[in-house]
Amino acid sequence: MDAIMLQEKLVERLLCPRVRTARQKEKQYVGFATLPNQVHRKSVKKGFDFTLMVAGESGMGKSTLVNSLFLTDLYKDRKLLNAEERINQTVEIIKHTVDIEEKGVKLKLTIVDTPGFGDAVNNNECWKPITDYIDQQFEQYFRDESGLNRKNIQDNRVHCCLYFIPPFGHGLRPVDVEFMKALHEKVNIIPLIAKADCLTPNEIKKLKDRIREEIDKFGIKVYQFPECDSDEDEEFKQLDKELKECTPFAVIGSNTVVEARGQRVRGRLYPWGIVEVENQSHCDFVKLRNMLIRSHMHDLKDVTCDVHYENYRAQCIQEMTSKLAQDNRMESPIPILPLSTPDVDTEKLIKMKDEELKRMQEMLNKMQQQMHDKEQ
Amino acid sequence: KPHTDSVKPNHGSPQAKGDKTNGSDFGYVGIDAILEQMRRKAMKQGFEFNIMVVGQSGLGKSTLMNTLFKSKVSRKSVQPNPEERIPKTIEIKSISHDIEEKGVRMKLTVIDTPGFGDQINNENCWQPIMKFINDQYEAYLQEEINIDRKKRIPDSRVHCCIYFIPPTGHCLRPLDVEFMRRLSKVVNIVPVIAKADTLTLEERDYFKQTIREELRANGIDVYPQKEFDEDAEDRMINDKIREMIPFAVVGSDQEYQVNGKRILGRKTKWGTIEVENIAHCEFAYLRDLLIRTHMQNIKDITGSIHYETYRVRRLNESNGHFTPHPSDHPAELKTNGQHEEQPNALQANGVAAQHEALSHEM
Repeated sequence: MDAIMLQEKLVERLLCPRVRTARQKEKQYVGFATLPNQVHRKSVKKGFDFTLMVAGESGMGKSTLVNSLFLTDLYKDRKLLNAEERINQTVEIIKHTVDIEEKGVKLKLTIVDTPGFGDAVNNNECWKPITDYIDQQFEQYFRDESGLNRKNIQDNRVHCCLYFIPPFGHGLRPVDVEFMKALHEKVNIIPLIAKADCLTPNEIKKLKDRIREEIDKFGIKVYQFPECDSDEDEEFKQLDKELKECTPFAVIGSNTVVEARGQRVRGRLYPWGIVEVENQSHCDFVKLRNMLIRSHMHDLKDVTCDVHYENYRAQCIQEMTSKLAQDNRMESPIPILPLSTPDVDTEKLIKMKDEELKRMQEMLNKMQQQMHDKEQ
Repeated sequence: KPHTDSVKPNHGSPQAKGDKTNGSDFGYVGIDAILEQMRRKAMKQGFEFNIMVVGQSGLGKSTLMNTLFKSKVSRKSVQPNPEERIPKTIEIKSISHDIEEKGVRMKLTVIDTPGFGDQINNENCWQPIMKFINDQYEAYLQEEINIDRKKRIPDSRVHCCIYFIPPTGHCLRPLDVEFMRRLSKVVNIVPVIAKADTLTLEERDYFKQTIREELRANGIDVYPQKEFDEDAEDRMINDKIREMIPFAVVGSDQEYQVNGKRILGRKTKWGTIEVENIAHCEFAYLRDLLIRTHMQNIKDITGSIHYETYRVRRLNESNGHFTPHPSDHPAELKTNGQHEEQPNALQANGVAAQHEALSHEM
């Protein structure tokens, strides 16, 4: 019985307290099995939020894909810049927010767009505004969380970043590698092969294999689907396996409706045929949508909170405490209770994180050197 | 295979465009699936619930706990040789059980307070209890501010405190008022009239009314607190509950046969009191409130209000100097409205890691 019904029953009973009711069935039943429903009810009232970032060069179909995923039209009044206007453009961060409701569930969806990424002639560190933005959201949350009034904390942290890889090349380009490495420890990265309708199935397979190889080779940590529970049924496990083997997803988006096989579907009309966005044999759009929205949205948020944010927070605290240790007169911008003299465990942790940072920096330097050498 | 029937071309261009989609055109995004995702996660994790019982010895606290959770969860049931002695000082004893129902797992902790109100001089007998409650808040806070904190902080905070009022039939005693006045500020209090089978229905109504008036007169806010009603729907339901509390309860872990059914009850020469029969006593209302409908809400109020109040006091208390100071953190910061509300920025203290929980003198 769901919680709403139960509450109504309670009210009913409260209104006529002296009536004898038959309570046969619930002999051994305590009733806390309704707890998930009680939590459920609260979440439905509150609604959910989700922040999705899209990154990739212009013309990769990012806006179209977002519209296709969420059945919205977020970019109605957009003006596209021409090449000249783009010369001096820097990477911007633009947020679009839309409230979606479906079957009584409200979602506040925020799309963080990154126009200008990778479009310039010199794209050195073009990901910096993006990493700064992500860090800023973490910082904001950290302050809010450590502050005194925590009633209505806004969670603007980026839960997922869809990275669009052009289908034209032969795998990851240097800018792809650098971008993903700069972001993989700050946000869940889901790489996508954009505009996949320009590739044949064989080409897609080769490209996917190549990209997966390179992701491994460069040590890029893209978002990993959590392992299936051992008690899930076989069908679920099979689907899960297929999903994992299909990454990176090759996607196609469309803002237009065409008629195909007697139905109206989202698609792209070519002289040689019609590409259907939601046809699983045409592209992985459905897989992406199911994964992103229907099965892993909550996990994406969890990993952001439990891993990326916690890493940021630990780093932040460590920086602050080491700064404070150096200079006693400095004051902390956020309230922190513990240690002026870090105890053994924390010292160890600080050292560990320091070493990790050093290692990461060394690796990055090496890679940059390698690529620099290659270009020579 | 190219499909030839289709869309009328709008432009002469080789790639004819179809009709533009609008808004939430046909199709289903599937965002309501997030509820199912949440539910699965919650089921995997299980729930925690910590309930404290306070009242003089002999009021049926242990029996009521056993009746509520339909199993032997109370301290007495777990102790191998239960002594019936009254302890010299108040003790706080916690017993935890993992219980499961329809796939939902719960770690239930029952916190008993033997010795409360049993001494000759009961002054300050609420202190150990307040200390215990504040200690749980402190433990949670320490874990929360830790650098390397656990993903799911173990929650030992007292969610609900059931206070047993002896069925005198007249009014609250000074001890009741003192205790509830202090503790209603730090924990959700649910007062119940214990051993209500000694009161007739008229006596019960009169007693309840008197108690409600006295609670009001003394500014004691018991659960569900009026100021925490979220919306009109909640208010309506909670108003009805507020008109009925304190619930007059009878507990029992013995079964009898009545009208062909096995029921929990107390058998006397003049009849059998059926615990779950609302014509006899209000146990069922208490159970529904605590477990079936408001359990999550009780936990939420503990977490978002009582705990936050403690946290704020604690943060303010442990920082000596209050001087506003511009942040020198390297990243660009947006100040949010919260900083304007906060009168002072806070300074890190140089105090060592060992902290005493906030004082429990009120």
